[in-house]
Amino acid sequence: MPVHHLEETFQQTVDAEIKIEAKDWMPEAYRKTNLRQISQHAHSEVVGMLPEGNWITRAPSLKRKAILIAKVQDEAGHGLYLYSAAETLGMSRDQMIADLHSGKAKYSSIFNYPTLTWADMGAIGWLVDGAAILNQVMLCRTSYGPYARAMVRICKEESFHQRQGFEALLVLSKGTQEQRAMCQDAINRWWWPSLMMFGPRDSESTNSDQSMKWKIKRKTNDELRQNFVDMIAQQVKLLGMTLPDPDLKWNEARGHYDFGEINWDEFWNVVKGNGPCNRQRLQARINAHEEGAWVREAAVAYAQKQSAKQKKVA
Amino acid sequence: MNTQSNLPVSYILYLADNNLILAQRNSEWCGHGPILEQDIAITNITLDLIGQARMLYQLAADILNQQNGNQEATEDTLAYLRDERAFSNVLMVELPKGNWGFTVLRQYLFSEFQYLLYKHLSADATLSAIAIKSLKEVTYHVQWSREWVLRLGDGTSESHQKMMDAVQDIWMYTGELFDAAPFEDAPVLQQIQTVWQQRIAETFEEATLTIPENVFIQKGGKNGIHTEHLGYMLAEMQYLQRMYPNATW
Ligand SMILES: [Fe+2]
Ligand SMILES: [Fe+2]
Repeated sequence: MPVHHLEETFQQTVDAEIKIEAKDWMPEAYRKTNLRQISQHAHSEVVGMLPEGNWITRAPSLKRKAILIAKVQDEAGHGLYLYSAAETLGMSRDQMIADLHSGKAKYSSIFNYPTLTWADMGAIGWLVDGAAILNQVMLCRTSYGPYARAMVRICKEESFHQRQGFEALLVLSKGTQEQRAMCQDAINRWWWPSLMMFGPRDSESTNSDQSMKWKIKRKTNDELRQNFVDMIAQQVKLLGMTLPDPDLKWNEARGHYDFGEINWDEFWNVVKGNGPCNRQRLQARINAHEEGAWVREAAVAYAQKQSAKQKKVA
Repeated sequence: MNTQSNLPVSYILYLADNNLILAQRNSEWCGHGPILEQDIAITNITLDLIGQARMLYQLAADILNQQNGNQEATEDTLAYLRDERAFSNVLMVELPKGNWGFTVLRQYLFSEFQYLLYKHLSADATLSAIAIKSLKEVTYHVQWSREWVLRLGDGTSESHQKMMDAVQDIWMYTGELFDAAPFEDAPVLQQIQTVWQQRIAETFEEATLTIPENVFIQKGGKNGIHTEHLGYMLAEMQYLQRMYPNATW
């Protein structure tokens, strides 16, 4: 079949809401876009372990410690599902990790911000996982089958993370003066970076149209961001806290909250590697990988010895 | 609570402290493991150990509160508000996490001990429920850590050397497990030691590792005489509880 014909059939399949599977024909750009997006998503899960991992040894109660460790571990699991989904598109996990470490592949900029107090654990669960969920709920219906199925598993855990994060903040909000201040401070620091998680404005977003046409995405960055603002602006009231945006107010005509302008300079700076923790995050991943090299080599050598022994016996 | 218990609270705290301190150490791997699957595996063990510590601290708190006629003790007061000298864990579990080889070797040596101990405690009036539940978890810990000792011991020459170094570093701390404190049952510990030595010897042989001989035994943890590492660990772990007394988290 000529390529234009294949492309037509492909688009019809997508339009008919039939999932694209690994063995199906797909335009090269579709494959590349998915591979880039899924591997970037996988990297985000893994790098995302670091800011919260930073508080595991200091969690203020045994219950909180157990919850936090389990949460960070869930993110490792998400990384695994997503690497597997990305591998169906023809790149090995080793190669994806090499690309992360060389700086070729990106991960979500949100994880380049530091976690400074215990309240950051709550704020990340509530705001960062909360923002991630909106994106991921949409991706449960993305056109590439393996990605969509990975997202369904992940979404269940993410909404649990968000509730736990909110609950942790709720306890602080009802606590001592210092705890309430800690809670508000964390919200102040994480609010704007969370809004940036949805990416550039639709007018600035390069791949958006094609991704919508291929149903990789189903909502634009700005739509998702607005959904997030509407959700959080309500929830923050339950905490008795405020969002650090003087322009935030309900717009009856639009049926949405209006909100202030994101600092796009900061956004692009962090994307370019100038966030407060870009270097440390990447270096931590590289260190873990390099320090683990002898372990992985030994595991391979041992497995080879074992299979050689078994062959001898057989 | 079972009132027929003749186990002293100090013994329950000893068991709890071992679990918590090892969990605290192992938790340092979370996000930094040599491969994602193993990051998850060591973290599973960490979570099991914290779960065991919590059950034991809760039991100890119940007994203490009954003894003192108040409600002051909780799992968190026991974990977060006792000082270094009050912790009775063995020295082995507080040592820094070291490399992956040291971590899995320590886990293996300790888990084999815990397995035999919990098996014994499964028949104890006070601890049977906790011991039986924990035994299932520890069975997996032994299996997982043993496999890693084999892999690294009999892997590459580099991994073999690193494991031999780890054995040298840790061996002098193993004897303390069997050095009976007043709150322990010496004959039982002795029986456990015999089986433990046998099992370790088998694994080491398969892993091409040798057991050091005539090694001096470092001890003191059970009496609250610790290495210098524990103070830093507790300072970090307890800081929020110490900084904001009486706050709820
Ligand atoms: Fe996740
Ligand atoms: Fe999450």
